[in-house]
Amino acid sequence: MSSTSTTPRSPMAPPRSFLWSRRIFLTALTGFVLVPVYVMVSSSLKPLADVSGKFRWIPSGLTLRPYVDIWSTVPLAKYFVNSLIVAGAATACSVVIAVFSAYAVSRYNFRGKRVFTVTVLSTQMFPGILFLLPLFLIYVNIGNATGIALFGSRGGLILTYLTFSLPFSIWMLIGYFDSVPRDLDEAALVDGCGPLGALFRVVVPAAIPGIVAVAVYAFMTAWGEVLFASVMTNDATRTLAVGLQGYSTLNDVYWNQIMAASLVVSVPVVAGFLLLQRYLVAGLTAGAVK
Amino acid sequence: MTTTTAASAEPGERTVRKSSPGAARGPRRTGRIKRIGLPYLLLLPALVLELLVHLVPMVIGIVMSFKELTQFYIRDWGTAPWAGFDNYSVSVHFDEPVGEALLHSFFVTIGFTLLSVGLCWLIGTAAAIYMQDNFVGRGVLRALFLVPYALPVYAAVITWVFMFQHDNGLVNHVLHDQLGITDKPSFWLIGDNSFYALLTVSVWKGWPFAFLIVMAGLQNIPGELYEAAALDGAGLWQQLRRITLPSLRPVNQVLVLVLFLWTFNDFNTPFVLFGKTAPESADLISVHIYQASFVTWNFGTGSAMSVLLLLFLLVVTGVYLLLTSRGRKTADV
Repeated sequence: MSSTSTTPRSPMAPPRSFLWSRRIFLTALTGFVLVPVYVMVSSSLKPLADVSGKFRWIPSGLTLRPYVDIWSTVPLAKYFVNSLIVAGAATACSVVIAVFSAYAVSRYNFRGKRVFTVTVLSTQMFPGILFLLPLFLIYVNIGNATGIALFGSRGGLILTYLTFSLPFSIWMLIGYFDSVPRDLDEAALVDGCGPLGALFRVVVPAAIPGIVAVAVYAFMTAWGEVLFASVMTNDATRTLAVGLQGYSTLNDVYWNQIMAASLVVSVPVVAGFLLLQRYLVAGLTAGAVK
Repeated sequence: MTTTTAASAEPGERTVRKSSPGAARGPRRTGRIKRIGLPYLLLLPALVLELLVHLVPMVIGIVMSFKELTQFYIRDWGTAPWAGFDNYSVSVHFDEPVGEALLHSFFVTIGFTLLSVGLCWLIGTAAAIYMQDNFVGRGVLRALFLVPYALPVYAAVITWVFMFQHDNGLVNHVLHDQLGITDKPSFWLIGDNSFYALLTVSVWKGWPFAFLIVMAGLQNIPGELYEAAALDGAGLWQQLRRITLPSLRPVNQVLVLVLFLWTFNDFNTPFVLFGKTAPESADLISVHIYQASFVTWNFGTGSAMSVLLLLFLLVVTGVYLLLTSRGRKTADV
């Protein structure tokens, strides 16, 4: 595992043509990436007249009004809390379960090991739409039969989302745990830890970058999902993914408010992601990509 | 990938050995049960959840595809009458409206997926290779490039919806007002242009993932390879062709497959971009099936379409893995 700042390329200075093509390519790409970000940020600070008429690169004036109004146009705070609870719980459960599974696969030989990994990974292939309909019916029927409300509740959504990130998380952690030297957990076992003690005192601390990477991935998956959220939530449990569409169904489309709300819901994930992206690259390098 | 450990060290064994001196049979036997049972116990939560949310629904979905499941039977779907292969024959009768629309949607999805995956891979790989060496601002640029991937899908796509607006969007402003390329403002979210709108958004959101994976893959190439090549007089282009790209092969094998499956099954992007009913030229299959199921409340036909889709993906994935793995083996020899 090399640190992310080292350069594996030869010490030879690259030729001029390479440097120029690099400059042109990366500049164009930066523009492509940044234009929507600029539109989002600048439009969120524009007065309504600016976003209703012809597009303006430079706002005619700056206002924080959209950031005040977004909370009353739709119940954004409620959606925000719902999303936080759902994504937070799904992430926590998904990471713990993935750690257990990856430890079993990485450290033990048992019958059915290959079947397990292949089955879990192959669920990635299923189109969401294929199990949306049956899952919808299963949750409705469980609700009718037992009174446990899975359909329309946060619990149902948490359950669903945590299985979305599970396969990739397990796969990535297996690779990561494999890279933690076995001598370490054997030493812990000699010192009298049980297998679980070895897992939590030795393997998990040594695999923190991988675990952080998996947590980031799980949170992003749950925070951004639209399909299941649009079918499986009701007014009380609506998440941001669905709630944000409330701004555009009004008679007048308040684009400045939509952009402000988009920015507000993006900041937590983007900030978290950028802070932790180093771990994600390190985790991918040691785990999935090896 | 994950072919691990020929003879794993069996951590459980040590505990047994350590506790055995004093005690006789009891602890040893529970130790053995623990040792055999523990891995299964650890896998149990993942297994149960995958069964509940993925595998059981898939089986039910297959059963449902043989039923005449309309809104009258939703509350108690078991009582819906059997339909035999009716749902399938409706789906694959390509000269009838339902089948024709499905076939059209299928081809649109294939075209869209191939273009999107190709562009995402190309841009991501080029960016990762250009940024292999250190230069001023590399770290900032890398973080910046990951922003589209980090943004929640709906927030990013809503921004693009705004940019694609007919009267007040950025795209028409630039193309028509500023550059004068089009003689009148175009519609981007309805009609034929919507395909390109969808493709643009999909590439914008998707390429950073390829970038991330290729970047991680590049870091596993030992620096000595490049040094040796440079000593032998290999130029940049040759290093790229002889070292970088071959070393990335296993990474690319997985990356392209994952990109393909994600793009093919993508629902979020077209759903936020166009709403419940996509324009014909950008009618991706997942939205099409959603529309066939939830808007017209015909779950039986929707399930049959989903099963056909799954079969297609299974075949494609199988053939792909077979072809790429064989290629890899011969390349190794």
